[in-house]
Amino acid sequence: MKTDIENIEIDLFLEAVFKCYGYDFRHYARASLKRRIKKLIKKNGYKRINDMTSDILHDRSFFLKVVYDFSITVTEMFRDPSFYRNLREKIIPYLKTYPFIKIWHAGCATGEEVYSLAILLKEEGIYNKTTIFATDFNGDALETARQGIYSLKDMQTYTTNYQKAGGKASFADYYHAKYKSAIMSNALSQNVTFANHNLVTDSIFGEMHLILCRNVLIYFNRELQNRVLSLFNESLVKKGFLALGSKESIQFSSLENDFKPIDKKNKIFQKIKQANI
Amino acid sequence: MMHQIKLNLKEFKCIVIGVSAGGMEALSKLLASLPADFPLSVIIVQHLHKTSTGYYLEYYNEKCSLFVKEAEQNETIKAGNIYFAPPDYHLLVEDNETLILSSDEKVNYSRPSIDILFESAADAYREKLIGIILTGANNDGDEGMRIIKQKGGFTIAQNPLEAEFPVMPQSAIDTGTIDLILTLNEIINELIKRYK
Ligand SMILES: C[S@@+](CC[C@H](N)C(=O)[O-])C[C@H]1O[C@@H](n2cnc3c(N)ncnc32)[C@H](O)[C@@H]1O
Repeated sequence: MKTDIENIEIDLFLEAVFKCYGYDFRHYARASLKRRIKKLIKKNGYKRINDMTSDILHDRSFFLKVVYDFSITVTEMFRDPSFYRNLREKIIPYLKTYPFIKIWHAGCATGEEVYSLAILLKEEGIYNKTTIFATDFNGDALETARQGIYSLKDMQTYTTNYQKAGGKASFADYYHAKYKSAIMSNALSQNVTFANHNLVTDSIFGEMHLILCRNVLIYFNRELQNRVLSLFNESLVKKGFLALGSKESIQFSSLENDFKPIDKKNKIFQKIKQANI
Repeated sequence: MMHQIKLNLKEFKCIVIGVSAGGMEALSKLLASLPADFPLSVIIVQHLHKTSTGYYLEYYNEKCSLFVKEAEQNETIKAGNIYFAPPDYHLLVEDNETLILSSDEKVNYSRPSIDILFESAADAYREKLIGIILTGANNDGDEGMRIIKQKGGFTIAQNPLEAEFPVMPQSAIDTGTIDLILTLNEIINELIKRYK
């Protein structure tokens, strides 16, 4: 009984956030959503979800804080090194044949993956003909991504990741240390456009050769996953590539037949059919 | 400690197990004792290093008559299957008895975290859930056991006297929400073998 009321309160909260601010979390995977809402209540000293909902409706800055808390921005550089190695070995040679390249990095969080990708493109000699669109709906995270300043103590792990990912130079050449921070080289973000984009409510990005969206779909329920996958399908050029997180797949989705797996383990897919728009 | 255990497995649907340091041996002993027609599903968080490969699955599969697998996103839970949280992902149970993964922050310095699995499973299965805490050197699982109890489920801690690392079961016992404290053999003989 108690949980039923809790579920109603969660529904009301999600509805309020959507109606009032246009952020649609109604189709996010429920169990982790519930956990995060409960955490928020505790953190902000509320007794009931409904009490928080009513404050959210009347206070936009509080809402933004909650949304940013809500979105899980856990990430790292060269996360899953074998993914980057296979991207380098299997996909980059293909991209090299294009006169110019457009890449969409969706759900880039605080940007660590974007700088990783930029390094890879530099080392393969195609950075200069590439434009990267790096998007997320979390404005705070995007700001960090834009600045490209990270904690120095993480660089050790990232260096190991970089080497495992088949890095060709010295990772230390890509940032300089200042106090406890690592400041990423400006040359890496030259061709990157950071932009706010909500995968649930915003529309397509056209003519992409490669879309990376890793560890984002995992938070969506099946219906929303299908919707976002069609958005990617429509945004890709013919034979464009799609890279997902290591626990995500196109298999069992409604787009299963529109893509073929290039690397099953590392979740790299290629579009084989034209989307019917 | 051979008291009468008043627990009928037929009234339950799922067992969740949390195990950390020293877990490989305890867990394989327990899982190997489950018969091929075991009627409950088993979901496990074992703290492993994040780069652990599928080796541990092979290891357990070799010893068990039940099918042991790593949980996949959106997978429907089946009776008689043993599911492990993949290294470096949290594992949660949805109300419609499917499994989902998440890469949220670590909880109790752990990902996967026992608390996260137990709390969501308690919501989904309520009084049809059994929670078991085995050996370990931290206190992940305390909150989870408390919530399992609160939702009407049943809670068991491995006897700290025999546990390789007693901290985790002891810490669960100290929450005051544990129904039974049992050795591995008691769990196997009294609970699992008796269900028929
Ligand atoms: C766990 S992070 C993944 C970061 C990175 N791609 C990686 O794999 O390391 C998930 C990101 O998805 C973003 N996200 C969640 N829902 C979104 C939506 N509807 N639109 C755009 N971004 C979203 C979050 O803000 C967060 O930064």
